[in-house]
Amino acid sequence: MPRSTYSALSLLRHGLTRHRTWRPAWRRPDPKPHYAAIIVGGGGHGLATAYYLAKTHGITDVAVLEKGWIGGGNTGRNTTVVRSNYYFAESGRLYDLALRLYEGLSRELDFNVMLSQRGMLMLAHSHHDMEFARRTANAIRRNGIDCDLLDRDAVARRLPLLDMSTDARFPVLGGYRQGRGGVARHDAVAWGYARAADRLGVDIVQNCEVLGFIVEAGRIVGVETTRGAIRADRVGLAVAGHSGQLAAKAGFRLPITSYALQAFVSEPVKPILDEVVLSPATGVYVSQSDKGELVIGGGLDLHPSYSQRGNLPTAENVLSGLVGMFPCFANLRLMRSWGGIVDVVPDSSPIIGPAPVYGLYLNCGWGTGGFKAIPAGGTLLAHLMATGEQHPIARPFGLERFRTGALVDEAAASGIPH
Amino acid sequence: MLLIPCPWCGLRDEAEFHCGGESHVVRPPDPDAADDAAWAAYLFDRDNAKGVGFERWLHRHGCGRWFNVARDTVTHEIRAVYGMTDPRPETAS
Ligand SMILES: Cc1cc2nc3c(=O)[nH]c(=O)nc-3n(C[C@H](O)[C@H](O)[C@H](O)COP(=O)(O)OP(=O)(O)OC[C@H]3O[C@@H](n4cnc5c(N)ncnc54)[C@H](O)[C@@H]3O)c2cc1C
Ligand SMILES: [Zn+2]
Repeated sequence: MPRSTYSALSLLRHGLTRHRTWRPAWRRPDPKPHYAAIIVGGGGHGLATAYYLAKTHGITDVAVLEKGWIGGGNTGRNTTVVRSNYYFAESGRLYDLALRLYEGLSRELDFNVMLSQRGMLMLAHSHHDMEFARRTANAIRRNGIDCDLLDRDAVARRLPLLDMSTDARFPVLGGYRQGRGGVARHDAVAWGYARAADRLGVDIVQNCEVLGFIVEAGRIVGVETTRGAIRADRVGLAVAGHSGQLAAKAGFRLPITSYALQAFVSEPVKPILDEVVLSPATGVYVSQSDKGELVIGGGLDLHPSYSQRGNLPTAENVLSGLVGMFPCFANLRLMRSWGGIVDVVPDSSPIIGPAPVYGLYLNCGWGTGGFKAIPAGGTLLAHLMATGEQHPIARPFGLERFRTGALVDEAAASGIPH
Repeated sequence: MLLIPCPWCGLRDEAEFHCGGESHVVRPPDPDAADDAAWAAYLFDRDNAKGVGFERWLHRHGCGRWFNVARDTVTHEIRAVYGMTDPRPETAS
């Protein structure tokens, strides 16, 4: 069965047959008894890992096991901000690898991920914020990443709806901006990687929950699932908020706490906001989707949680912060809100590296900000699983940093979710 | 929205409180003898329970006192409230 590519021509061709001729974008295989590699978790990071294992390393005997549906975790629940304006050089290398891969991703996957590099603006509300903005912008530029410092007038020109009055609840003094930052379509990233991996021979098995591990002579040689035992030469774990759960099944603990993070979407309106805007004072950020809805995010819920819905005090905080910045948004009605379970690490940096148990590899700890990192997370976990060696960009992010003390503390850049 | 029973003030809105993270994390008795792995485990590794977990809460905008809470992290049901130095209560999970 030849699998078609997506193009204007194919759209026209299927249109002529009233769109009744489209085929499923990936197969629904039953799991085989053995694979060269298994990835647990069909979010963006798991699917991207499978794709790069097949594409870059030629390992196509791979299964992605997902307990629900692919992209049904945080990948399909996030507010889709992509950027690489992190403070430390280690983080800059990691997140800019991801952004550079995003820049070519629609072509690479033959799937439009709707990357829109409209720019991301971080506001400064006080003299101290402004000093911090200057320091951060310098650090980002030194990492070789685009970033501009904006004064008050430059912010006012970009954001005519922002309350810039001197008695504003959050007065604005300026900010810094990454022009290559923006948004991408979250589902398309999951589906694009899934379709491309499937074409290379990867089995994507949905409704297949991993319940435990098969251990022989101290080495993980497979997984127990709701669809039976499946053996593998190596197993990768990319289950975000459930990483601690699965680590416990394998007999170790992680420096991770799971929290609910909420997002909110307004009714659609005409184009009114062409930037991603974030206020460190309120922790609130907002962008406008192609459909016209405002997509709004903020801080974590107040206590650890595994329930995929948020609580009211945080919702109130986020929305009051938003209307403090943009008073006219008070007229909008909310359409939806939801929560995802994010994997928060003490230094707000991800964990990529071998697990303390042989045969198991980790990609987790992205917390509130791992959508932007999906192409890099996949590349780096695939490299580790294929070669047994940490990719140079992944080296600072292994679990051993908690023992050696070489933390990559990005709380300032990623403590706020986006 | 949680209603949290402060042992001193009674039922109060969760916004008055601060969650101080997992409880019963025991400091290595002789820090000089603890190796880096033991110290890292104490500082960073957590049970991160799905289901009943044990955590410390501070009634920050109230009496200002700390206490322990046994709470289900999926349903948010509060199973028990107990003193800072009390052992983990029995909770059927
Ligand atoms: C509200 C919200 C807003 C966010 N906004 C942004 C943003 O603007 N920009 C940004 O960069 N990041 C953002 N993030 C963070 C981002 O969504 C995540 O870091 C990223 O999606 C993590 O991808 P993942 O593939 O690791 O995890 P997930 O997409 O959560 O995938 C993990 C998968 O593992 C599956 N799984 C779990 N346990 C098992 C098991 N036992 N067996 C089989 N499968 C299992 C789950 O069902 C899930 O599908 C946000 C997150 C949330 C919740
Ligand atoms: Zn009290």
